[in-house]
Amino acid sequence: MAKITYHTHDKKTHTIDIQNGLTVMEGAIQNDIPGIDADCGGGMSCATCHVYVKEEWLDKLPTKEDGEEDMLDMAFEPKKNSRLSCQLIVSDELDGLEVNIPSKQG
Amino acid sequence: MNKTDVLIIGAGPTGLFCAHQLGIIGLSCEIVDNLDKVGGQCIELYPDKPIYDIPAVPECTGEELTNNLLKQIQPFNIKFHLNERVEKLKKNQNRWHVKTSGGVEFDVAAIVIAGGVGSFEPRKFAVKECEKFEGNSLFYSIKNKSIFKNKTISIFGGGDSALDWAVELSNTSKVNLIHRRDGFSGAEASVQKVKELNEQGKLNLFTKYQLDSIIGEKNIEIVKIKHDEGEIKEIKSDYVLGFFGLIMQLGPILDWGLNINKKNVGVNTENFETNVKGIFAIGDICSYPGKLKLILSGFHEGALAARGCFKYAKPNEKLRFEFTTTSKTAQERLGIKK
Repeated sequence: MAKITYHTHDKKTHTIDIQNGLTVMEGAIQNDIPGIDADCGGGMSCATCHVYVKEEWLDKLPTKEDGEEDMLDMAFEPKKNSRLSCQLIVSDELDGLEVNIPSKQG
Repeated sequence: MNKTDVLIIGAGPTGLFCAHQLGIIGLSCEIVDNLDKVGGQCIELYPDKPIYDIPAVPECTGEELTNNLLKQIQPFNIKFHLNERVEKLKKNQNRWHVKTSGGVEFDVAAIVIAGGVGSFEPRKFAVKECEKFEGNSLFYSIKNKSIFKNKTISIFGGGDSALDWAVELSNTSKVNLIHRRDGFSGAEASVQKVKELNEQGKLNLFTKYQLDSIIGEKNIEIVKIKHDEGEIKEIKSDYVLGFFGLIMQLGPILDWGLNINKKNVGVNTENFETNVKGIFAIGDICSYPGKLKLILSGFHEGALAARGCFKYAKPNEKLRFEFTTTSKTAQERLGIKK
């Protein structure tokens, strides 16, 4: 279990306990957090679960697989701290993770 | 006016297999898709990537799956309407009148929405003023490349479309290629070609830059690009091209009175009919308790929806359950000669 904080574009903050093994994307979808579309359902093929990770977490997260950076090229306003939330699998190590959800996904 | 029993919206694997199931039970159908080719997400998102969970097919690519489905429905001579998006829907007594973006009209007994997660539309720039220039000096696809001759073009993106157009247009135009990182997702050969042209001074490559803003009155004059570290460059440009792939939008389906929640259409699991009688939804676009977004689920949903369409297409006939292995009628429909 990890506490994940989602900052949505409407300036609201949602801190939620997410079970280990789910992705940060699934945590958002299951808890009705707005702003994550996840059109492809977690297949790293749509870039609509794009989030900005709080800087201090960047190095603590598992590194990106090949396809993730390619997909981020397609994301809406990608930045250095962009990740696809479907590729972030929740574990105890991610306890306290904070992500910002962009104003839109495409 | 195209008169047919069923209109299928979406030519992905689910729509294609539903067409097969309609053909087997003796119903005609036509298929509309917004893309210029058949295959849906399989072709648009992962033509070369392997799929491992199609029953009895241990491994195939999105392209192979699509080709096999096309082969499977060949006996039914199904008419495709590509590059068309379904726009308008009107109930006419017991039938539906449907009109597409290109003005194609249909008169059908039932509609099956197999639209994936919507129709694919180009992804656009985040910068606000881009809208003002869109279609005039800013484009997301190229219809007439002759307008770019001897002009300065700034191309954004790092995939195949961006690279290929940068290479091609560099023959007759001054090309700037701008991409957000050093790596590219396009084919390695194209990346090498672009780097070569850059070294030879035949195009200008800017990496780690993104669009910051556009200056111009009616037409684009100057494009400002911003480096990762904050530095801003101004480049003179007559045209801007953005190639960021496609995104799926539900589009006009939203206005059809369907029970839609989070881009999904609610259906029953008996025949995948929506809350609107005669309109069915199958594949990724439909939702019901336990829904799995797998191709194999789409096949099942398509088989049941096809049977659900029968009572609308042939209200006075009774549908009898048959196996293709033993049914003479089904085999005749498949064109099998013995």
